[in-house]
Amino acid sequence: MNFLRKYLNNVKPNFEPEGKLHAFRSLFDGFETFLFVPNQTSKTGVNIHDAIDSKRIMSFVVIALLPALLFGMYNVGFQNYKAAGALADASFFSMFLYGALQVLPKIIVSYVVGLGIEFAWAQWKGEEIQEGFLVSGIIIPLIIPIGCPLWALAIAVAFAVVIGKEIFGGTGMNIFNVALITRAFLFFSYPTKMSGDAVWVANDTIFGLGNTLPDTFTCATPLGEIAQGVASNASLADMVFGFIPGSIGETSVIAIAIGAVILLWTGIASWRTMFSVFVGGAVTAYIFEALGMTHIAWYEHLVLGGFCFGAVFMATDPVTSARTQCGQYWYGAIIGVVAVIVRVMNPGYPEGMMLAILFMNMFAPLIDYCVVQKNISKRMKRLTNK
Amino acid sequence: MSLFSKENKAAFTNPLNLDNPILVQVLGICSALAVTSQLKPAIVMGLAVTVITAFANVIISIIRNTIPNRIRIIVQLVVVAALVTIVSQVLKAFVYDVSVELSVYVGLIITNCILMGRLEAFAMQNKPWPSFLDGVGNGLGYAYILVVVGGLRELLGRGTLLGFQIIPQCVYDAGYINNGMMTMPAMALILLGCVIWVHRAYFYKENN
Repeated sequence: MNFLRKYLNNVKPNFEPEGKLHAFRSLFDGFETFLFVPNQTSKTGVNIHDAIDSKRIMSFVVIALLPALLFGMYNVGFQNYKAAGALADASFFSMFLYGALQVLPKIIVSYVVGLGIEFAWAQWKGEEIQEGFLVSGIIIPLIIPIGCPLWALAIAVAFAVVIGKEIFGGTGMNIFNVALITRAFLFFSYPTKMSGDAVWVANDTIFGLGNTLPDTFTCATPLGEIAQGVASNASLADMVFGFIPGSIGETSVIAIAIGAVILLWTGIASWRTMFSVFVGGAVTAYIFEALGMTHIAWYEHLVLGGFCFGAVFMATDPVTSARTQCGQYWYGAIIGVVAVIVRVMNPGYPEGMMLAILFMNMFAPLIDYCVVQKNISKRMKRLTNK
Repeated sequence: MSLFSKENKAAFTNPLNLDNPILVQVLGICSALAVTSQLKPAIVMGLAVTVITAFANVIISIIRNTIPNRIRIIVQLVVVAALVTIVSQVLKAFVYDVSVELSVYVGLIITNCILMGRLEAFAMQNKPWPSFLDGVGNGLGYAYILVVVGGLRELLGRGTLLGFQIIPQCVYDAGYINNGMMTMPAMALILLGCVIWVHRAYFYKENN
């Protein structure tokens, strides 16, 4: 590590205001603080000193996302070979490699567009580079179907970073989750490429891997089938392990659970939010099942679609979720409730997790306000009653 | 006072830029969002508002000294309502399809905040000719924003302008898809926000 530090110290003068590479100052700053914890501390105001800063937190979230990403790559290959009926003579490695080659362009587009805008913005405003897109950039490819075109993804990422984040003041100031804004933009702008039954399986070959599927090939997600009133033939084991069509990273409950353990163990995500999303979703799904309004068991609502992924990685976003501990219970529970209500009661939207989280993002400050005011009035009563 | 004195010119040009009803005063937003999904209704709506604002301003300005102060809003409303009815009948007679598309929004010009604002703020204190210029200026200031937003939404949302295909078929064959969100009012609000953003950044200095 020492040689890296020395190298950075060597090239640093180039990026100072009179250096020749000054135009790339924000880029250099970004990488330097990403690699090494900055050694200067703030001079003014009251600050809490923590061992890790926000860039280190972001890195942990990215690590927690890796199992879902790797399984997502494998599943892309698996679904393609399964659709072509070539599962028997396909090796694990070729399926994974095929999936990786399909998913990588999406990750690259997401990062290049998003970070490009962030760097340009920081340079333009003369601010320090903000690290928020590190996590958003990896989440975005995981929550879109494999059939989503790259140009649409690029437009959506640009829209989300500018309209969803920068105009609110950048990382830490955004009201809505940036990755979900990207998905919502794609979902409402290009519905044929984000939903339906023709986008969930990759249908072309890359470097001789994979199989070309006919254009007429269709394969709906289990939730999509249920919304159309067709019983899904996916078994519960498939749903839990993730061998079902769906957005790239959302299918495997096991992989997401590994991520959840990492997040909870390091204390980055709030267990209150995560827990209450599942409770809210389970209770609502159970009521709907008892009323006979949904065709699948209540626990299947929790393992299908983006419910787990949303609960673990998106509802717990520390910027857009409720900050008070009591508020986190309410925030999470209502997300679970709304997600299942949208799924069951609106056949136009087979998946309600995105809308539920965006909806509650909007109300998180209100929940916090109510919790704080309740506490104030409680203590005020205690004070005045004496 | 000459017809095109400095004040009269200012009455006409200010609403186009530095005192724009939509960009600066943020008035008339609901109709701006509702009618701009395509270019044609946006143009017609902009022209209708221009005509009505101009003539309502003139009429109110002529009778401004005879209107009792306590019932002036009702008098203004009667004048505007008469003009709106005329314009609505003309639209129905000559461009029926657009008038169907605009539906209630032509009638709702009566409640357009730009109109009432100009009548109260300008026509009640000024002579007919400057009032006319002010009305035309405000109407056009409203209209050209509608045209910008409507044009962008129709081009990106449907690939057409005034119903003519602009984006060639080969682009669609290459995988391009019209942006469905552009046809929703939500995107109109965001586009309008972007137009205001550009205007404030380059033409209008809030502190001056």
